[in-house]
Amino acid sequence: MKLSTLRAAELAAPKQQRNWDWRAATNFICGGAGGGLLFCAAFAGLGPVAMQAAVLLGLVLIGCGLTCVWFEIGRPWRALNVYRHIATSWMTREAIVALLVFAAGGLTLLTNQAALLLLAGGLGLGFLYSQARILAANKGIPAWRHPRSIPLMVATGLAEGAGFLACVMSLASGGAGFAVLTGLIVLIGVRAFLWKAYLDALVADGAPDGTLKVLNGMAPRLLLVGHILPALAVMAAMAGMPGRAALAFAAGILAVAGGWFLKFTLVRRAAYTQGLAVPRIPVRGKGTAGAGAKPGWKPV
Amino acid sequence: MTRYVMTIDLRRCVGCQTCTAACKGANATPPGIQWRRVLDIESGEFPDVKRTFLPVACMHCANPPCEEVCPTQATTKRADGLVVIDYDLCIGCANCVMACPYDARSIVHEPHYAYNDTAMASEAKRFDPSRIGVSMKCTFCKDRIDYAAVSGMIPGVDHEVTPACVNSCISGAMGFGDIEDPESGVSRLLAETQHFRMHEELGTEPGVYYIWDKS
Repeated sequence: MKLSTLRAAELAAPKQQRNWDWRAATNFICGGAGGGLLFCAAFAGLGPVAMQAAVLLGLVLIGCGLTCVWFEIGRPWRALNVYRHIATSWMTREAIVALLVFAAGGLTLLTNQAALLLLAGGLGLGFLYSQARILAANKGIPAWRHPRSIPLMVATGLAEGAGFLACVMSLASGGAGFAVLTGLIVLIGVRAFLWKAYLDALVADGAPDGTLKVLNGMAPRLLLVGHILPALAVMAAMAGMPGRAALAFAAGILAVAGGWFLKFTLVRRAAYTQGLAVPRIPVRGKGTAGAGAKPGWKPV
Repeated sequence: MTRYVMTIDLRRCVGCQTCTAACKGANATPPGIQWRRVLDIESGEFPDVKRTFLPVACMHCANPPCEEVCPTQATTKRADGLVVIDYDLCIGCANCVMACPYDARSIVHEPHYAYNDTAMASEAKRFDPSRIGVSMKCTFCKDRIDYAAVSGMIPGVDHEVTPACVNSCISGAMGFGDIEDPESGVSRLLAETQHFRMHEELGTEPGVYYIWDKS
């Protein structure tokens, strides 16, 4: 077979996307965690020091993500054009919510008002939801456009936020309380459930072979690092084992690490394009039409 | 209303890539970037193996996902069905590249030339700095379509106002015209053949029809 034929054939199959690199992934990784942290902090009944630390960390995470994505876009000095399409673009909506998050978070830092923290938390959730919808709106990437990716992205952002909150409370107020630890383990459980539901649905509904290979390959590591180990650490802390603050801190870090591993894999490694297909093979000469071809996909 | 579409008769395409070359010539795309490509798909199992040549480019969808996600309104759908990009608005965020299920869009972040870093005279003459760092794709040769509106000529009939790829096709596999006009060449061709549009299940309503058999 000629080289040109090989290359042309390969072009039809799904390919790993190369336009959104680690900088775009960082926006989802840090921004989602920051939004989740603001939301969790709003309901944690934090003292002044922990509140300041949590809000500051949440804003820094969101700012870090947006800065990274600013460095990725092709025309960074036109970045304000991002506000031009609120009617349908979730990227525009994310950018607007980000402004409001920084305003509400900044005021919370200045005043320490619980009501403002509540507002910042709600906006943080809005930011997280916008990010989930950005991914899901991309029809060219089957792993993203699946409707179950939305609750998964929101759940992992909240679990990461609860993880960061446990860390902040371990450092700033002598350890996370029972309520925060309960919230953390519930969110880890919800994320594990939604991850399984997402993966099962992706297999059932069909996805590029490359996507399924990557996601199935990372599943055992995610289960161990992102779900089992942090859940065990939380249970040990709740059971009153020695080093409670350290256990809560470790649980928080593991919950965050698992979520970041999941999002990096989803945005970078598992993001295979739709690829191109022919539903019917055309009639040639005196031959007959044939069944279609969809390179890089298993038949559903 | 006018809705320009393209027809591609897969029974006739011989995979010669003349449309690819014509597109490159007409639009001066940089090395490695092809707004139009002809894919070569082998299917079946020995001895019943089939080979299909599949020309692909932007499908100019009636419901374009690229337009929906674009945060700047750089990507828009015109009244005549063409999906176009305003290079002066685009920020190169690549959201549209991710949204397109047809791999039709690309972004070039730095100038590239055929031979190293120095542009040949022909490349320098046609280099367009506004296309660096922004999304780009097939335009259905919109300058020609726009000229049709002022000249009174008919796209798909008069070569001056027909996309370069269609003009170049050596086997007559490609057609272009207004699908809303029942007397147009594309309308009549689609009425007498069996055809499909790619990835119709995604709801994009592509404007490229692939013909695979007679009615």
